[in-house]
Amino acid sequence: MTEAAKSRTTGRVLVTVGLLMLAVLLAIAVVGPLMAPHSPARTSPASLDGPTAAHWLGTDSIGRDVLSRLIVGGRATLVITFVAVAIALAAGLILGLTCGYVGGTVDLVVMRVLDVVFAFPVFLLAIAVVAALGPTVRNLILTIAVVYTPSLARVVRGPVLSVKRWDHVEAARSVGIGEFTIAVRHVLPLVVSPILVQTSLTLANTIFTVTALSFLGLGPPPPDPNWGSMLAEARQFMELAPLTVIGPAVAIVFASLTFIMLANGLRELLDVGSR
Amino acid sequence: MALLEVRGLTAQFNGDGTPARVVNGISFEIAPGEAVGFVGESGCGKSVTARAIMRLAPEGSSIAWGGQIRFRGRDLLAVEEREMRDVRGRHIAMVFQDPMSSLNPVMSVGAQIDDILMRHERLSRRAARLRTIELLDLVGIREPALRADDHPHQFSGGMRQRVLIAIAVSCKPALLIADEPTTALDVTVQAQILRLLMRLRRELGMALMLITHDFGVIAGMVERVHVMNAGEIVEAGAVDALFAAPLHPYTQALLAAVPRIGTARRPA
Repeated sequence: MTEAAKSRTTGRVLVTVGLLMLAVLLAIAVVGPLMAPHSPARTSPASLDGPTAAHWLGTDSIGRDVLSRLIVGGRATLVITFVAVAIALAAGLILGLTCGYVGGTVDLVVMRVLDVVFAFPVFLLAIAVVAALGPTVRNLILTIAVVYTPSLARVVRGPVLSVKRWDHVEAARSVGIGEFTIAVRHVLPLVVSPILVQTSLTLANTIFTVTALSFLGLGPPPPDPNWGSMLAEARQFMELAPLTVIGPAVAIVFASLTFIMLANGLRELLDVGSR
Repeated sequence: MALLEVRGLTAQFNGDGTPARVVNGISFEIAPGEAVGFVGESGCGKSVTARAIMRLAPEGSSIAWGGQIRFRGRDLLAVEEREMRDVRGRHIAMVFQDPMSSLNPVMSVGAQIDDILMRHERLSRRAARLRTIELLDLVGIREPALRADDHPHQFSGGMRQRVLIAIAVSCKPALLIADEPTTALDVTVQAQILRLLMRLRRELGMALMLITHDFGVIAGMVERVHVMNAGEIVEAGAVDALFAAPLHPYTQALLAAVPRIGTARRPA
C-alpha cells in the first residue's frame, strides 16, 4: 500500500469513529434533558452514594444523580462550545476571506489587530472579560469566540492568497463575474479542507477552555450543571465517591477526543498540508 | 466602422525596481466579424495586449495601461470597472490557454455556464440551464444534458477547452479573444478546436482575435495577421501576402523557425 493510500485509510477510520462519537455528543446537546433519568437539580438524602440501579453513576454531595447531571451539564458545555466556535468560524471566514482576497492595507490592518488578540493568553482575556461583565453564558461564548477568531481567520487567509491567483479566477473575471461572487463561489470552496481541520481542532480546544473556565467559577452560574463546575464541586469528595469526578473527567476526554480524531482524520483524508 | 480600434496602447508593469514596459504603443483595428491573428514569441506582449482589451490585470501585479482601446466607439480604458464587468463575457469574451486550470474544479461545468447567463442575460436558473445545454451541444459535447452536471475533472483536455469555448460564446459576444487556445492540447485535438472556433465565428458572426506563437495555426484561420516582437507590431498585413513575402527580418526569422518535413537542417 502506498503512503498516500495508507494515510487515507487511517483518515477514513478516524473520521468514521469521530463522526459516531460526534453523533453521541450531538444527541446529548440536542435532546440531552429528555435522556436524563432524573432531574439534575433534585436532591435526595442518599448523598455520595455508589452506583445503584436508580443512580447508575451514584449521587453527588447533596444527593443529585451524577448521570443526569452529566447529560444535562454536557448539553450546557457542548452548546456553549458549538455556538462559540460557530461565531468564531463565521468571523474567521469573513475576516480571512476579506484579508486574503482584498489584500493591501485592509489585510495589513486587520491581521495586525488579530495578531494582538492572538497574542493574549486565553485565560487572562477570559478572566478579564468575565470579571468586567459578569459570569454569564453570553459573555463566556463571546469571549471564546473572540479568542479563537484569529487562528481561524489565518487558516482561511493563507490558502485564499494562493487560490485567488489561479487561472479559473481570472477566467471567471473575464466573463464579468463580480469580485464578491468570485470570492464566495470560486475561491472559498477551494479552501474548505484546512478550515474543516482547524474548526475541529478549535472545537477540541474550546471544550477544554469552557470546562476550565467553569471549573474556575467563570462559567454559567450554579445550579445549572456543566462538566467544569461538576469537577470543581466533586473535587473535595473524590476519595469518598470517585465516580463524581471520573464521570465528568471521562466526558471531557471523550468530547475532546472526538474533535481531535475528526481533525486528524480529516487532515489525512483531505490531504491538508501536502498541497 | 471598426469594432475595435486600438490606438497607441502601452502596458507597463510597475513592480519593485524599474518599471518594465511590455507593450510599446501599438495600434490596430478589428472590423466586425473579422478574424485577426497576432503572432510572436512568448514575452512579446501579445497576451498582455489581449488582457488590456479585457482590462484584466494579472493578480498581484500592478500594471499601468496607456493609449486608447475603442470598442464600438467607447474607450474601454476610461470606463468604470462596473461598466467593464458588463462588457466582459457579454460583448468581449476570452478563451484561455490552459483548459486544465481555467475551470473551477469544484463546480459542475453546467453551473459555471448558468452563472454567466444569469448574470448577463438575466435568465432564471432553469432557463439558463436550457441555454447551457444548447451551448454544450453547440460546441460538440455529446449528451449535453447529462454532461452539464459533471465536474471539470470528468472531462478530457479537449472537452474542457470546448467547455471554455461554450463559456466564452455563451452571451454571443461581438469579439472573441482566443489566447493560445490550442497550445496546451494534443496535436490531434488542436485541429478540432480550431475548426470549432471557425464554425462558431461564422455561425455567431463574431470577430476573432487569435493569439498564437504558431504560424501553422494562423494560416487557415485568419484574414489579417500582426507580427509582434518586444512589445511592438513589427509587421501587419493580409495573411497570404505576409506568408509569401515577409518584409520584416523578424517575420522572416519567425517563418523560417517553423520546422517542415524534408527541409530540416542538420545541426552543424
